[in-house]
Amino acid sequence: MSIKLTVNGAARELEVPPDMPLLWALRDHLQLTGTKFGCGMALCGACTVHIDGQATRSCVTPVAAAQGRQVTTIEGLATPAGHAVQSAWVALDVPQCGYCQSGQIMSAAALLSRNPKPSDADIDTAMSGNICRCATYVRIRNAIHQAAENLPAAPAAHG
Amino acid sequence: MYWRPMDEAAALAAGLVAPELTRRQFLALSTLAGSGLTLGILLPGCAPSPGPAAKSAAGPLAMPFVRIAPDNTVTVMCKHLEAGQGVWTGLPAIVCEELDAAWGQMRVESAPAQVPLYGNLAMGGTVQATGGSTAVANSWMQLRQAGATARAMLVAAAAKNWNVPAAEISVSDGVVAHAGAARRATFGELAAAAAEQPVPKEVKLKDPASFKVIGREKLPRLDARAKSSGQQQFAIDVMLPGMMTAVVLRPPRFGGKVANIDAAKAKAVAGVVDVVQIPRGVAVVGLDMYSAKKGREALSVTWDESAAEKRGTTQLMKEYHALARGPEAFTVTRAGNADAALAAALHKVEGEFEFPYLAHAPMEPLTAVCRLSADKCEIWAGCQFQTIDQANAAAQVGMKPEQVSIYTLAAGGTFGRRANAESDYIAEVASIAKATGGRYPVRLIWTREDDITGGRYRPLNVHRVAAGIGKDGKVAYRQRVVGQSIMAGTPFAAMMIKNNIDPTAVEGNAPEQYDLDDTHLSWTQPQVGVPVLWWRSVGHTHMAFSKEVMIDELAQAAGQDPVAFRLAHLSKHPRHAAALTLVAQKAGWEQPFSKEKGRGRGVAVHESFGTVVAQVAEITVSGDKISVDRVVCAVDCGIAVTPDVIKAQMQSAIGYGLSAALHGKITLTDGRVDQTNFHQYQVLRINEMPRLIEVYIVPSTNAPSGVGEPGTPPIAPAVANAVRAANGVRLRSLPFDLAAARAARA
Repeated sequence: MSIKLTVNGAARELEVPPDMPLLWALRDHLQLTGTKFGCGMALCGACTVHIDGQATRSCVTPVAAAQGRQVTTIEGLATPAGHAVQSAWVALDVPQCGYCQSGQIMSAAALLSRNPKPSDADIDTAMSGNICRCATYVRIRNAIHQAAENLPAAPAAHG
Repeated sequence: MYWRPMDEAAALAAGLVAPELTRRQFLALSTLAGSGLTLGILLPGCAPSPGPAAKSAAGPLAMPFVRIAPDNTVTVMCKHLEAGQGVWTGLPAIVCEELDAAWGQMRVESAPAQVPLYGNLAMGGTVQATGGSTAVANSWMQLRQAGATARAMLVAAAAKNWNVPAAEISVSDGVVAHAGAARRATFGELAAAAAEQPVPKEVKLKDPASFKVIGREKLPRLDARAKSSGQQQFAIDVMLPGMMTAVVLRPPRFGGKVANIDAAKAKAVAGVVDVVQIPRGVAVVGLDMYSAKKGREALSVTWDESAAEKRGTTQLMKEYHALARGPEAFTVTRAGNADAALAAALHKVEGEFEFPYLAHAPMEPLTAVCRLSADKCEIWAGCQFQTIDQANAAAQVGMKPEQVSIYTLAAGGTFGRRANAESDYIAEVASIAKATGGRYPVRLIWTREDDITGGRYRPLNVHRVAAGIGKDGKVAYRQRVVGQSIMAGTPFAAMMIKNNIDPTAVEGNAPEQYDLDDTHLSWTQPQVGVPVLWWRSVGHTHMAFSKEVMIDELAQAAGQDPVAFRLAHLSKHPRHAAALTLVAQKAGWEQPFSKEKGRGRGVAVHESFGTVVAQVAEITVSGDKISVDRVVCAVDCGIAVTPDVIKAQMQSAIGYGLSAALHGKITLTDGRVDQTNFHQYQVLRINEMPRLIEVYIVPSTNAPSGVGEPGTPPIAPAVANAVRAANGVRLRSLPFDLAAARAARA
C-alpha cells in the first residue's frame, strides 16, 4: 500500500508495508541516513526524529503512524533551536564517534523548542533516553546550556 | 566518510556518489603507492630514493601520508580507524605542525589497507591495525617526517620559482614567503612545482619548544561538523546501486553449528531474496532491513550443539573460585618471598574479586558492505584491523588479499570490538557475498540483540589477592588471576604468549606498578567456549581494580592516607607519583572532606599503554545507589598533541568505566546469553554522568603516548575506594551491588 508522508517539508510517497518502522523507511527508502539504528526498541535514542515537533523514536514508530504528519530528520532540522544546538555541538566539539549525535541533537532541539532555558534536571529528563557509549554527556550538557544562551529571545518555532 | 564539503556530503547521504567517490580515492592512492612513490616513509634504513614525488600537470603533491592539492587543501592519509578517539584530528595536527600549514586547510582521509606502507609500527609494522592506544605514538615521528618533507619540497619549489636561496624562505600558516623578493604563495599554488622537486633524504624536525599547533589548547575537530549534521558516513549508511541487506541467524550457544535449515517460510516473506548458509550461521538477504529481519524471524534452523558451551556464568564463577584456590598454573612474576612476608605482616588484607563478561556495545552495531565481482572484492566497514580484515575477507571469497579493497569508514564506536583475529563481521559479509554469487552488493547489519549476545566479551575473571605491610614498611603482594586468554587460539598467540602467559590477562599488575619486594603473581587459564576479546584497556580493566582497591585497603589498615601511602611506594615510578600528586592537589585532597549525607572520596592511579592516569572520585551513597558527583583526573601522556581531544578521551573513558562499574554484566544460563538489548545490558546515561569532570595534563617533554584507553582503569577502583571511605562497605565484585556487599559483610 502507498504511504504518504511529509519529510523535511517535502511530500513523499512510499510503497512499503504500513508496519515498517519509520526508521527503515527513512533510511532504506528515502536514503535519509542521518537518522541512526541503535537498538530497535526505543532504548537508545539514536533514531530520534521530530514528528510534528515532538522528539520521537522512529525505530518503534510504524511508518503508517506518521502519515499526514510533519516528519523532520537531522537533514531537515531548521528551527532556531536546531541551529543553536548544532552550532554549540561544533563549538564545543561534542561528537566523538558521532554515531548517536543525530539523535542527541534531535532530542536537544526538541527540548529547547519547548523549554528555552532548561535546568540540569530538565536536561537529564529530556536526554536520558539517548545513549552515548563515548559518554560525551558532559559536553552534551554544556552544549545545551550554550545553545540556550544563544537562542534568540523570541519564542522558538516548532519543528 | 571523510571531512568534505556539505553539498558533497549531502549527495553522499542521498546515495548518489558514495561508491564511486571512495573507489576513485582508493584507486588514485593505490596507483601512487604502487608506483614506488613512497615518500613519507622515512624509517631508519629505508629512506626513499630521490626523485619526483608525483608527476601531474595539474599537480597535487601526493605522498602516502600527505596530499597537497591545487585547491590549497592538505589531506592527511590516516592509516588508523577513527572510532571517536580523535585520530582524524590528532594525526593531522602532527602533519600541520611540521608543515606549517593553517589548521583550516587540513583534511583527512582513511588510507587503504596496505602493509608495510600503512603498517602499525607499534605492532611491528606488519599489520595495519588500530589498538592498544598506539595511533599517535606510532605516527608521531612518521607524520612529523612526512610534514617536514612536504614542507621542504614546497620551499624548494618556491626557491626555484623565485630564484632565491631556500634558507631565506619562511613558511607560516599555510603561506610560503620570501621577504626580500616580496614573494608569497599558497601551498596550493606551489603544489605542482613541489611535486617535481627531489625528495629530500633528510629533513630537520622542529624543536618542540617552537610547536604552535601541537599542544594548542583548542584545535577544532575536523569531523565535528559532519558529525553534528548527520552527514558523517558510517558503514551502515553506504548505499550502492542494487544493494541488498542481510541479517544472520547465529547459533544460540557458542560453538553450535547448523544442523538443518527449513527456509521455506523465510523465503515466502515478501522482500526476501535469498537464504544461504555461511560458516557462521544462516544469512537472510532481503530488499531492505525490514524484509531481512522479517525473513529471519520466519527462519527455522536446528542446531548441532554437541560442541557448544553449555555452562552458565553461575557455574563458571564457582569453578573460577575453585581454581583461584587450587594449585598454581602459571607463574607470572615471583620476587622475594611473598608467603613469608605475608605471614609476618603487621597489617594484612585479603579478598576475592569478581569481574563479569562485558559486551562492548558500540552505538553503531557491527555493519559491513561487500561488493564482489569475478576478480575483485570490495569491503566498506569501520575496519579496525585493516589488513587482517582484508586477509580474512580474501579467504572467504577465495581471492588473494590484494584483490580485496578495504574502504575504512568512520566507526560508530568500537572499544576493541571491531578488532578481532577472525574479523567476524567482515568475514560474514564476504561469505554472504560469496554464497550469493556476487549477484548484488550486500550490506550486513547486526541488530543490537546480535551484538549483545554475540560474544567476544571482556573475559570473566576472578582474582584472589593477599597484601600485607611488614614491620619495615615494605608491601608484600600475592595474587592469583583466573581468566580466559584473549590471545590463545589467534594468530597473535605465537608472538604474544610467552612462557605460557598471555600478557593481556595480567597486564597492569601490582608488581609492575608499585615498589614491591615480595611478590607472587600467577595466572590460571580456564578453557571456556565463550569467545573473549580486548575491551577498552583490556587486562587493565580488572587488574587495576583489584590492585588499587587492595592498596587502598592496605593504607586504611595501616592508618595511613591513601595518597601518601601510594607515594611512599612509588619512588621507582616517578610518573605515577607526579600524576597522583597533581590530582591530589587539584582535587583539594589535603582539605577535609565532609562525609555528611553519604559522601565519600577515593583515589586511584594506574599506568596503561604508556600513559599514567590518576583520578579522585567524589561520590554520594543514598540507600543502595551510588552517584558519582565529581571526578578529578590527571594524565601523563607525554607531549599533549591535542589537549582538548585528550580531555575528551578522559571524560569518555571515565564514562565508559563507570558504565561497567555501575551496570555492566553479561551472564549466561545454560550457555545462552541472558541479556539482549539495552534494557537488560544497561549502560551509563546522562543522568548518571558526573556533573563535574576536571582533567589536568601533566607537562611532559616525552614522546606522546595514547589516550583512548588509559582513562578507564582507575575510575572503578576510585569509586569503590570512595564508597568504602563513605560507609566502610568493601566493593569487590563488579558491577557494584551495594546491597549484596552489605549483606556479605553482615
